[in-house]
Order: sequence, then structure tokens, then C-alpha cells
Amino acid sequence: MTALQLIALAAVMLGGTAVVATAEPLRQTIVLGVFGLALTFLFFVFQAPDVALSEIVVSSVGLPVIVLAALRKIRQQEHAREEREEEAPE
Amino acid sequence: MSRRLRLGVFAVAGAGIAVVLLLGFTGLPSFGHAHELYGSLVNRTADKLRHATDLVTALNFDIRAFDTLGEEFILFASVTGVTLLLRTLRGEEERERQTPGIEEHAFAGASDGLKLASLVLIPVLVAFGAYLVFHGQLTPGGGFQGGVVLAAGPIAILLAGRYLSMKVVAPKVLLEAGDSLGAACYALIGLGGLIFVGVYLKNPLPLGSPGHLLSGGMMPLNSIAVGLEVAGAFLLTWTEFLDQTMIGPPSG
Repeated sequence: MTALQLIALAAVMLGGTAVVATAEPLRQTIVLGVFGLALTFLFFVFQAPDVALSEIVVSSVGLPVIVLAALRKIRQQEHAREEREEEAPE
Repeated sequence: MSRRLRLGVFAVAGAGIAVVLLLGFTGLPSFGHAHELYGSLVNRTADKLRHATDLVTALNFDIRAFDTLGEEFILFASVTGVTLLLRTLRGEEERERQTPGIEEHAFAGASDGLKLASLVLIPVLVAFGAYLVFHGQLTPGGGFQGGVVLAAGPIAILLAGRYLSMKVVAPKVLLEAGDSLGAACYALIGLGGLIFVGVYLKNPLPLGSPGHLLSGGMMPLNSIAVGLEVAGAFLLTWTEFLDQTMIGPPSG
């Protein structure tokens, strides 16, 4: 096993733990993107460039866009509910 | 369920998984020494029998093309599900039209640096995606990888803060057409095998010389079909999700 492969394995281990340990969803999305890059590196140094190519787009663009859109929708709904609650007593 | 109980359940399940994994790992061949029969056979024969220099693509689009057909339609079905769930209802359409300042959607405040970076990224992504789709049988990559890279191109327009321009470049009708056309083409190429050589998804085309752009028989065609479908499917999913939030009153 080469040094690069060991580094990749360590990065994936640390990255995965970091994703789980991050509590706030918005931050978690960004950490997830970094974890995806670590995975891409892992696939590349373990001679799976095909998988690395898919992983880099899916993890750095594909998943974050969907998660961020969902988070924004939740915030919009919370915002709307707060406004309604403020108006209600009057 | 209390925190204590949850931790207890996790401890039992975690220990069980750890034992099973350890048992499994001890039976693995040592690192770098796994030479399975199937892999060795493909490595030794695929370049001569299929005239492809990227054996992963040879597997995906020729030797086990039928598996890819299944994967194609898994993607197709899931994207259809997403579009169905997130479709615009009659009442929502009205609200959308009445919303003031729809041109200035919530993500319009991109900095100049981000806009420039996105502008540079768009042609690079499109060129690289097209390269991956067309060179599937020669170099690592192929329809799926090229498709996702191509799909990231229009997303760069979103990064520049121009979601509505992105929708002009990649309107939903076009994405739906690409998604379905790609899936249909793949199935029809398979039918070509059935008609001309008698086996579904068997290569009916001349193999060409290895290392050339037009080699590997039906592999480039399958690659293009898959690229079209994947690019359409990914962009359609993103557009559906973004439509839920991007269009509407801007909120903090």
C-alpha cells in the first residue's frame, strides 16, 4: 500500500466522522462535500478513475444542491409560520 | 425512545455488525492480491474481442450491457417519481405568476468573482463532459460520468446567480426529452442487436480499430444514449428541487 493510499483512507475515515459529528445541517452539507472530495481521492488512488469521476460531481454538486434546496424550503416554511403567528393575536 | 435505550440498542447492534465485519475481513485476500477469475478473463480478452481500451466501459456497454439497461431504468423511474411528487399544482401556478420581483430570485446576489469563476467553468464542464461521453471506450469515463459532468454545466449558471438564465438554457421540456430519449435509445440499440445478430444488446456493429474514436462497436452509441439520459435526469431533479425554493418571494 502506498503512502497516498494510506492518506486517502485516513482522510475518508476523518471525513466520515466529521460529517456525523457536525450537528447543524447547513454546515453538514459543506462537510459532506469535503468528505466527497476525500472519497474521490480514495477512488482515484485505488485505481478506480471511473468511479472517481462520478463521485466528484455527485458529491460536490449533485447532493449539496438538493440538500440546500430542501433546507431553504424548510426555512421558508418556518418563516411563513412565524409571520402567521405574529399576525394572529391582533 | 429515551437516549439511554437508544444507546443500548446501538451498542448491541454495533457489536453485532463489528463481529460480522471482522469475520468477513479476515477471509479477504491480502491487499493487492485479489485476482478473481472473472476480472482476469475480462482483462485478458476484452481488448481483443471488443476492441475497447477502457475495459470498464466495455463491461458496462457491451459485455454486461443488460445490467446497464436495468440501471438506466432505475434512474429513469426515480427521476419520474421526483417530477411527479414535485409537480406544480393548479393553485401554485397562480401564485408563481403573481409573485413580484421574480427576476430577482433569492440567489441573485452572487459576487463578481463567483460570476467570473462560473463563466470560466461552464465551457470547461461542457467540453470535459462531452469528451468523457465520446471517449468512453478509450479512456476512463463514459456515458454516466460524462452525463453528470455535462449536467454540472448549467448548474454553474445557477452559481453565477442566474437561475432563470439556467432555465432558459435547460428548459424542463428539453430535459424531459433528453431523459426519455436517452433511455429509449439505449433500449432501441439493444433491439438492433436482436434484429441483426439475433441476441438482445449484442453488438451488431463493426468493431473498428482499437484506440480510435469510432471503435468498440455499439459502445459509443450506448455511451451517448446514457450520457443524454443521465444529464437530463440529473438536471431535471435539480430543477424540480430548485423550483420549489428559488421561485417565490425572496426570504432571509
